[in-house]
Amino acid sequence: MSRRVRVFEWGMMTGLLATAVVPLTAGAAGPPSAEEMWRVIQAQQKTIDELKAKIEQSEGRVRSTSERVDAAEEKVEATAQAVEAAEEKPRTAASWAERTRIGGYGELHYNNLDNDETGAEKDEVDFHRFVIYLGHEFNDRIRFYSELEFEHAFLEATEVEAEDENGDGVLQPDEIEVERTPGEVELEQAWVELDLTEEHRLRAGIDLIPIGILNLTHEPPTFYGVERNPVETFIIPTTWREAAIGLHGDLGRLAPGWSYDLLGHSGLDTPTEGRNAFRIRSGRTNVAEAPADDGAVTGRIRYTGLPGLEAAVSAQYQSDVTQGDLDIDGTLVEGHIDFRRGGIGLRALAARWDLDDGPAGLGPESGDSPGRESQWGWYIEPSYRFSIAGLTPLPGELGFFVRYNQFDTNAGTSADTEQEQINGGFNYWPHPDVVFKFDVQEQFGQKPGNDDDGFNLGVGYQFY
Amino acid sequence: MVLALGAGSLNIQAGGAYQQPKDFVREAFGGAPPEPSRLWIDAALKAQIRQVLERDLGVLRLRYWGKDHRTAWILDEIGKERPITTGIVVENGTIERITVLVFRESRGFEVRYPFFTDQFRGARLREGLDLDREIDGISGATLSVRALTKLARLALLLHDHSDFAGGR
Repeated sequence: MSRRVRVFEWGMMTGLLATAVVPLTAGAAGPPSAEEMWRVIQAQQKTIDELKAKIEQSEGRVRSTSERVDAAEEKVEATAQAVEAAEEKPRTAASWAERTRIGGYGELHYNNLDNDETGAEKDEVDFHRFVIYLGHEFNDRIRFYSELEFEHAFLEATEVEAEDENGDGVLQPDEIEVERTPGEVELEQAWVELDLTEEHRLRAGIDLIPIGILNLTHEPPTFYGVERNPVETFIIPTTWREAAIGLHGDLGRLAPGWSYDLLGHSGLDTPTEGRNAFRIRSGRTNVAEAPADDGAVTGRIRYTGLPGLEAAVSAQYQSDVTQGDLDIDGTLVEGHIDFRRGGIGLRALAARWDLDDGPAGLGPESGDSPGRESQWGWYIEPSYRFSIAGLTPLPGELGFFVRYNQFDTNAGTSADTEQEQINGGFNYWPHPDVVFKFDVQEQFGQKPGNDDDGFNLGVGYQFY
Repeated sequence: MVLALGAGSLNIQAGGAYQQPKDFVREAFGGAPPEPSRLWIDAALKAQIRQVLERDLGVLRLRYWGKDHRTAWILDEIGKERPITTGIVVENGTIERITVLVFRESRGFEVRYPFFTDQFRGARLREGLDLDREIDGISGATLSVRALTKLARLALLLHDHSDFAGGR
C-alpha cells in the first residue's frame, strides 16, 4: 500500500471517530443508554464499511494507474527498440552500400591574361576539373578508393586523318591522327589498401606520388589561387599518379606526429626530342599502356606533431626517365612546410630535379630546349584567413594571400632562364567546402615569353 | 553518422582501435562508471543537432553516462569516408577530454594524438553553438579535424540537455 493511501486512510478513521464522539458528548445530560450506544456503533460501522470500500476503490485506481504507467513505459521502450532495430536492419541488409561512399570536387576558371612580349592573349572560361570519387570498404582492414576526372568539360574528336603509310592494308594506331577538343577523361586514383597493423598500411594501384603539398591535397577549397602554382605544375607535375605499390604509415608511439611513405612505382617517360624534350610534365604517362622498362622509388618523411604544422621531405630516384631510349637517370628532392595557426598561414616549398647528362648531343643538356639536366623551383605563400560572419551580411570566411614563385626548367644552361611569377588575391568560403577565388598574376624573369599578366577568377567545391 | 554506441555492444574490432569504449567510460569515472542514462532527441534538440552536424542524427535517443555534473559520450562522425569513433567527457559545460577510440580513415590519423586533442580541453559552447576557441588544423587532415570539432560541439550540446547539466 502506498504512503499516500495510508495517510488518506488514517485521516478518514480519525474523522470518523471525531464524528462519532461528538453526538455522544455534545448534548449529554447523562450517559447514553445501551440502545443509543448500539445505534451509534451501528452507524459508525456502516460509515467504516463505506470508507473502506472507498479506500479499496482508490487503491485499485492508484494500482491501475501505476500499472498503466508501467505498461506505457514498456510500450515506449518497445517502440524505441523497434524503430532502432528497423534503422539497423537496412544497414545490415545493405551493408555494401553502407560501406560505399561517393564524393567529388570541381572548379570553373576564367583567365584573362595578356602577354606583352609575344602579343598572345588568353581570355577564356574553362570548367577545368570535374572529379567524382568512389570508395568502398570491404571490411575494417581492406578498402578501395578511386577518383575519375573529367578535364576541360568537353571531349570530342573534331578531325580524323588516316593514311596507310606502310601500305599493309591495315591502319596502325600511329597512322591515325585525331584532333580533339581539350577534354580528357583520366583515372586519377584507383587503389586497394590493406591495414597491416594499426599504424602501417600496404597500398597498391594507381596512386598519387607523395611529393609536395598539392599533389596529395588539391581540392579547390584547400588552396589559394585559381590556378595551381607553377612550381607544383612544372617541377612537380601535379597531379602526378603512377602505378604503385607501397607502405604508408605513422611511427606511432615511437615518434608521435611522424609518418612515412615508401613506394615503388612506374616512372616518367619524357620526350627526348623537340621543345618538350626532358620536360618533366610531358613525361607523365597516366598509366595508360605506359612503358614499364624502368621504374622509380619514392620516399617521404612527414611531421605533423604540432597543430597547424606539416613539414615534409621527399625524394625520388628513377633509373631512366626515357624508359630505355637514352638511359637518363633522374633524382627529385623536395621539401616543404605548410603552417596555419589561427588565421595566419604560410606555405613554402622547394624542389629540384637532377637528370643524368646522357649521350653527348642527345641528353637533356642539349637539343631544342637545352639545360634540362637541372630543373628547380620554389615558392613562398603567406596568407591570412578570418571569419566574416557578423562583420558583413555574408556567412563564411575570407582569406587573402600573396605567392612568389621562382622556377627554372632549363637551369643547366649558362643562359638566364629563370621564371618568376607573383599571384595575389583572395578566397571567399561561404561554406568550408565551397570557394570563390580571385587573383592577379604577374610574370617576369629572364626566360623569353614569360610574361602572362592579368587576373583569374574561379569557383570550386568539394563534397564527401 | 553519429551512433549511440551504448545501444549495442561496447566492444569494437577495427584496424585502428586504440581504446575500447567501455574502457574509456570506466576510465572517465575513475573505474566506477555509473549506470547508463538515455537522452531522448526532442524536436528542439534535433534542430540544434542539425545546426552542428549539418544533418540529422538519425536516432531517437542517445545512451550516455552521467554523474554529478559530468557526462561521458561515445560518438561517431565520418571524416572523409569512414566513421571516427570518439569518447568525450564534459564537466560543467566544458570539454574535459576528447579521445579518438577508433580511426578508420586512410588519412588524418594525427587527430588521435594528444598534441591535437589537447586543444579541446576547457572548450565551451558559445552563441551559435560554436566552440569558444579556434582549433588549429592538420594539413592533409582537414576532414578529420572538422569531424572531431563537430563531435566536440555535439557533446557540449548534448551535455546541456542531459540530466547532469547543472553547475554551468
